[in-house]
Amino acid sequence: MNGNEWSWETFFDALPVVMEGLSITVGLTVSSFLLALLFGFVWVFLRRIPYKPLNWLFTWMMEFIRSTPPLVQLFFIYLALPVLPVIGITLSSFASAVIGLGIHFSTYIGEIYRAGIESVGKGQWEAATALNFSKRDKWTKIILPQAFPPTIPMIGNYFIIMFKEVPLASTVGAAGIMYMANNYGSQHFNYLEAITIVGIIFLVLSYPSAVLIRKLEVKMNTRFDKNAKIKEIKEIDKGAML
Amino acid sequence: MDNIISIITQVAKGLNITISVLLAAALLSYFIAFVAGLCRLSKNIFLRKFTGLYIEIFRGTSLIVQLFWFYYAIPILFNIDLGSNWSIGVIAIAMNYGAYLSEVVRGSILSVADGQTEAATALNMSSFQRMRLIIFPQAVRMMLPEFGNYTIQMLKGTSLVSLIGMGDILYHGNIMRSTNLSQAPLIYLIILIFYFVLALPLIWLTRKGEKIAKKGVAS
Amino acid sequence: MAEPIVRYEDVHKSFGDVEVLKGIDLDIYPAEKVAIIGPSGSGKTTIIRMLMTLENPTSGDIIVDGTNLWKMEKNGEMVEANEKHLRSVRGDIGMVFQHFNLFPHMTILENCMTAPINVKKEDKKEVRERSIQMLERVGLGDKLNNYPSQLSGGQKQRVAMARALVMRPKIMLFDEVTSALDPELVGEVLEVIRDIAKNDDMAMVLVTHEMDFALDIADKVLFLDEGVIAEQGSASDVIEHSSNERLQGFLSRFRG
Repeated sequence: MNGNEWSWETFFDALPVVMEGLSITVGLTVSSFLLALLFGFVWVFLRRIPYKPLNWLFTWMMEFIRSTPPLVQLFFIYLALPVLPVIGITLSSFASAVIGLGIHFSTYIGEIYRAGIESVGKGQWEAATALNFSKRDKWTKIILPQAFPPTIPMIGNYFIIMFKEVPLASTVGAAGIMYMANNYGSQHFNYLEAITIVGIIFLVLSYPSAVLIRKLEVKMNTRFDKNAKIKEIKEIDKGAML
Repeated sequence: MDNIISIITQVAKGLNITISVLLAAALLSYFIAFVAGLCRLSKNIFLRKFTGLYIEIFRGTSLIVQLFWFYYAIPILFNIDLGSNWSIGVIAIAMNYGAYLSEVVRGSILSVADGQTEAATALNMSSFQRMRLIIFPQAVRMMLPEFGNYTIQMLKGTSLVSLIGMGDILYHGNIMRSTNLSQAPLIYLIILIFYFVLALPLIWLTRKGEKIAKKGVAS
Repeated sequence: MAEPIVRYEDVHKSFGDVEVLKGIDLDIYPAEKVAIIGPSGSGKTTIIRMLMTLENPTSGDIIVDGTNLWKMEKNGEMVEANEKHLRSVRGDIGMVFQHFNLFPHMTILENCMTAPINVKKEDKKEVRERSIQMLERVGLGDKLNNYPSQLSGGQKQRVAMARALVMRPKIMLFDEVTSALDPELVGEVLEVIRDIAKNDDMAMVLVTHEMDFALDIADKVLFLDEGVIAEQGSASDVIEHSSNERLQGFLSRFRG
């Protein structure tokens, strides 16, 4: 094994080693995704504060987090937090990665929530008011049940996107498949096969999920389309009656 | 204060790489996006399937994996030296985001209303004229916001080239931290601000693009 | 009478399992104004869409000025027409759509100019003058540099007519051009059509629900019902003397 050409021997040698990292990779994905779902709500809440300066502050905070590299954010959490005076805390690799990726992607999830809420027409709010719903009931019985379903495919997409971003965690030492592959590579001076395995694992896992979500999306779209078609037919009929 | 200035000067040494990688990768990815997007709409089934495969592979794996794969695989499998890690970084980022953007190109072209094609046919335009004069100019306007968004993603993606030894702003910050452990918070904060400042014009362009797309006409 | 400029010979059209047109035979003469009426879903629009090459017939022939539109000769055999053939035949046909289909990224002047310049390769300056004249004729001379999104529905439809007229077609097709308009805007569009009908000598085919208007300007009225031409003749023949019960029923809905 001189590391200068492709070797199936190396490939099958590296396969079990890399696979050992799979549970960490999946664990990182699920944990950071859940954190992002939760924090997404926090952003929605923060940005609804009816006080201009605060509103402005949170809007730009969100913009800052989403337009700077998650890699640097991970370094900040893992390397900089522990040495901060007074409030410094040391987090494990795993926790750093979950917090870093969770917060980074919460800014996207928050926008999806917001779009979902805004997609509910003004008339629904007015109808709920006219029926004298309490503020709490307005949200839980009228707005959220309508706002949530259309966002499901988009949120599902972010699960896949986050799964693919998890290898970044290897840079702060979280031992997922990427970390294992790099580790194997440095021990055997032979990275190609191990990295290829990582690529294949991602492809095998993310492609079917992407197909599933696309199906879900089409299903939801056709539901709306059917309504559109009924409306169109009614309009044509109306035209004929004129 | 001296601290901050010395960090800024150190980190700024990487601007050159960060910006040149971003510009080259962005231009290359736009090119790939149009070629692949049009191939996906081609009548040639082989071309369609082949481009589809490229898109699924690059969207199905992550940029960091692709970057390392290019880094290790290209010299071994194809026995070519791309000359520098700079080219590897540019190619990896461009291939990755080119795949995503090609779907934007395809989707925008498909979303131009059928009535537009019909009106162009009624004016006796050829299929090439329909594409060039009617469909494409409208589709491009619709693409603008997504191209802006993905360019911001590419800027974020450039930080990965530090992992293959390119001296971008993150790389120079990392070096400084390794000799100055207690400065880590300030160093990484300044790096983040660097990226944010670079992102600002892109954010502004994206918003402008959104307005143009919404109006459907050049302002 | 002169030779027909358009002839349909036993034209059938199916969408999937549904046969929309079940054998259409029809002659349209130069300068003739033809109105097609009938209940919705009877295939009126499909008839003119096939002539514009937006829909291909399932069987039968459409002859335009002596040339078969959808078939061409190749090695002594008649085969399905390619794009080049379609373009060479449909050049004399223009169409106005229900939903206007103006190009939103062009000003209304550019909307009128793009086809003569790019398709017919005409002189830009001459096309510009002609386009301005045409837009003035439809009453939009003061909006040349506006974009379609800045116009009302009636104005958009008038631009669409100017755009078609600038191409100097021999046959103009109108596909329910007032159906998508607010009632108060219908009049201005009908006025323009009446003006064209009176002053231009092109053939016109109107698919319409504006019954009184159609009967007023048409030389020939077709009543299309369940995929066949159930009745045809001059307006007075069809309206007053027809014994077709379905036609009478259809008309009575407009008379209230």
